[in-house]
Amino acid sequence: MKVGVVTFPGSLDDVDARRAVTIAGGEAVAVWHGDEDLRGVDAVVLPGGFSYGDYLRCGAIARFAPVMTHVIDAANAGMPVLGICNGFQILCESHLLPGALIRNERRRFVCRDQRLRIENATTAWTSSFDPGAEVIIVLKNGEGGYVAKESALDRLEGEGRVVARYLGGNPNGSLHDIAGITNERGNVVGLMPHPEHAVDALFGPGVDGRAFFTSVLKTLATA
Amino acid sequence: MTDQRQPATLDTVDHALDTPDAQQPWRDLGLKPDEYAQLREILARRPTSSELAMYSVMWSEHCSYKSSKVHLRQFGELVTDEMRACLMVGIGENAGVVDIGAGYAATFKVESHNHPSYVEPYQGAATGVGGIVRDILAMGARPVAVLDPLRFGSLDAPDTLRVMPGIVAGVGGYGNCLGLPNIGGEAVFDSTYAGNPLVNALCVGVMRHEQIHLAKASGEGNQVILYGASTGGDGIGGVSVLASETFADSGSSTSGPGKKRPSVQVGDPFMEKLLIECTLELFEADLVVGIQDLGGAGLSCATSELASAGDGGMHVWLDRVPLRDASLAPEEILMSESQERMMAVVQPAHVDAFMRVCRRWDVEATVIGEVTAVTDDEASRGGRLVIEWQGETIVDVPPRSVAHDGPVYERPFARPAWQDALQSDGAEKLPRPKSGAELRETLLQLAASPNLCDKSWITDQYDRYVQGNTVLSQPEDAGMVRVDADSGLGVAVATDCNGRFAKLDPYAGAQLALAESYRNVATSGARPLAVTDCLNFGSPEDPDVMWQFAEATRGLAEGCRELGVPVTGGNVSFYNQTGETPILPTPVVGVLGVIDQVARRTPLGFASEGQAIYLLGTTREELSGSEWAHVVHGHLGGTPPQVDFAAERALAATLAAAACDGLVEAAHDLSDGGLAQALVESCLRRGVGARVRLPEDLDPFVALFSESTARAIVAVPRSEESEFASRCAVISLPHAAIGETAGLGDGAVLEVQGQFRLPLAELREAWSATLPAAFGA
Repeated sequence: MKVGVVTFPGSLDDVDARRAVTIAGGEAVAVWHGDEDLRGVDAVVLPGGFSYGDYLRCGAIARFAPVMTHVIDAANAGMPVLGICNGFQILCESHLLPGALIRNERRRFVCRDQRLRIENATTAWTSSFDPGAEVIIVLKNGEGGYVAKESALDRLEGEGRVVARYLGGNPNGSLHDIAGITNERGNVVGLMPHPEHAVDALFGPGVDGRAFFTSVLKTLATA
Repeated sequence: MTDQRQPATLDTVDHALDTPDAQQPWRDLGLKPDEYAQLREILARRPTSSELAMYSVMWSEHCSYKSSKVHLRQFGELVTDEMRACLMVGIGENAGVVDIGAGYAATFKVESHNHPSYVEPYQGAATGVGGIVRDILAMGARPVAVLDPLRFGSLDAPDTLRVMPGIVAGVGGYGNCLGLPNIGGEAVFDSTYAGNPLVNALCVGVMRHEQIHLAKASGEGNQVILYGASTGGDGIGGVSVLASETFADSGSSTSGPGKKRPSVQVGDPFMEKLLIECTLELFEADLVVGIQDLGGAGLSCATSELASAGDGGMHVWLDRVPLRDASLAPEEILMSESQERMMAVVQPAHVDAFMRVCRRWDVEATVIGEVTAVTDDEASRGGRLVIEWQGETIVDVPPRSVAHDGPVYERPFARPAWQDALQSDGAEKLPRPKSGAELRETLLQLAASPNLCDKSWITDQYDRYVQGNTVLSQPEDAGMVRVDADSGLGVAVATDCNGRFAKLDPYAGAQLALAESYRNVATSGARPLAVTDCLNFGSPEDPDVMWQFAEATRGLAEGCRELGVPVTGGNVSFYNQTGETPILPTPVVGVLGVIDQVARRTPLGFASEGQAIYLLGTTREELSGSEWAHVVHGHLGGTPPQVDFAAERALAATLAAAACDGLVEAAHDLSDGGLAQALVESCLRRGVGARVRLPEDLDPFVALFSESTARAIVAVPRSEESEFASRCAVISLPHAAIGETAGLGDGAVLEVQGQFRLPLAELREAWSATLPAAFGA
């Protein structure tokens, strides 16, 4: 299975995301922001970083990269797409996911090993988890506070589309302690924490992040 | 200089010849009368305003090392074959390079950005990171990690609340956006840094041996390409008027931190990220003959250094430089320290390919000059650098005279009159805690003190995970990153300095900084290989300070010879003082080590119960300059702990070998706060308690709080105990079984038998509350 990882100018965790795909048993494919097709991949990861420096609203410029037209079309057609951190911000800017991410409540960048609860283990990216699983994943962001209109939050909660929630203290002021959400179809997931940094215990807090990548490979295999 | 920056007529070389007596603002540019005279002698005429601008920045203390040069020579002179073995590029290039095996080389260097960070904390610190990263990149390496040794005024000083959060946010803001893991550093608080915070930044890079690049412009006809950000009016005179004098100097229109703000550069980490990826791709395609980053002194430095190190000749069309402010005068363009710029020397046939790579990364690139031939006569005078502006020659100088033949001072120095009195006032005589309850209170007080408390308020603002190769990062003894995924080869880096020790005895203080950094690298399981240093001192014009500097460099050079690790490069920062009061002499020493298998690294935290805790090394009654004397008594006097390089070598070899053979589960060096603080940190790291018995032949207080060097604690699995102990015995390394790990989670206890019991929960609360209380949760 081929999982594409898009590199925008300013992407930082693209290499890590490709490594995570490989560790999970998939074939990682580097996709360039200027590409006019998706290189035949079966799923796409929009990795973390500071695309275009994030000097404007995070993700606001990357959303208009040539490759994003194809990512958006593919996502709407059901292709699994995971946006991590900056990638989550790009997905919100692309309107593939509702809401937005704003500066952390404490106005400081935060990097820590974050406990999460997997609230929805049915999405393309979480199906390998046990429902309600508690995991530790690296969190690192300056603008990770998830916000949405009350009605949108009610809908996310009502439809079980909150994928992961922060435990042991909300690190960035996200409403409802939201760490990740999915679209109605469950193929597009936005996640503020970084599962690609939790795939090898020597280089992160553990291996809890692997399941996000094995999930999508399983989903693709059974699709 | 602000008044004269736009001369009515272009000051060409011809004009300079026609107007030999024109008044020039050399004094405002930071030059001394004799330096201006020397400059006129070199050129055999008055300099043009552009030449004056170039010389003023290049001959600044910051760029020319004019006060330190005569002392720094020792680093090159006291070199043994052992030290040469790993050295691939030594002092003088953008950064030193060492062989780390398997065809890989590591390059690393620490630099200061102290004064800019006081004036404008966020940008000053941010561009400090940016500058050192470009130095590493210019060697041909991919930057893989940064460390930031920081020093601030007292925690309760009002200005610390302005300076510290801004500096930390700047270090993080730049490094995080660049995608470089921050794997260590220091955060030290002392009142002498109140008007002079120290922002030192260290960057490590790795490359294959064949990828090493040097800063030289050779090959007649080769093109000189400026690429990266456009040039603006920021950072003009950063190295001269800002970094090379104190803020207290009066009589200059540019004095005072507020007025110096325009001399601080502004960083764009996104551009730097593009510059890194673009440059690495240029290296990969073998399109670069020589390369130099633009940092302090900007184009003045890059053009003169490249030409001087190469064939000697260069012609530059300055009006081709892309500007972000079209009103800039040529002098300003030459002095601007706009960030995120690089200069490459490229064969004409490769220019198109070079430009293609730059376009792919949206990096602007412009041919602004070319390498020219020089006559033998010109070569003997130091080459010929000609800079043109709109068809007129505004600079015509021997580049070597700009880059290397600046003034060299034998500054007077003398042992300060107060040094003897200071040293005779030892801390050993101060009242000490006696009962178990008093020892417990002291331990808590120290653990919560600004220098020993939990630093995660700072370090949680830094991305330590990016690139996915970080094995160890703060608060570990050393940071460690994997270099090669296949073999597991990695490098470890630590930085250290105890400025109080250096005040008591600068010679020993520098050696203690070296010893601690070396020990920290070995504690993590790596083999120490090489050194970089950032020598932060007060004004070199003060003989007391100059003595401190001379002693520290002598101590460091001799210490490096003793330990067999070469100094590969570094930086001197003078004029760190407020009025007449200099900072504590602060020779920050960074040591880089290599480990064959990062999986074999030794973390500092106790990880499981029932392991034997050994104290390695000899504990003496050494309390002067200690954290205890500082925190409890506000005392600084006496002589610092004894330096014992033979013991350090034995300890380091044992720790590295034990890691390699899997004999230790945890190891932590003993330094600030002594055994007590080491136990605190080892217990709290993973929430594992310990039961400790102090040696009976020592005062329990001395056993806990003395800061004798060449010591560490290790946690040894029972199955490995006899092997480990016999190895120590073979090389006569003192090793005392002082207890065992016991209890998990915050219910666990640190117990010093016969003295006190301290629940980890209580300890953690004291240790972790200090910075959030001062700076906000």
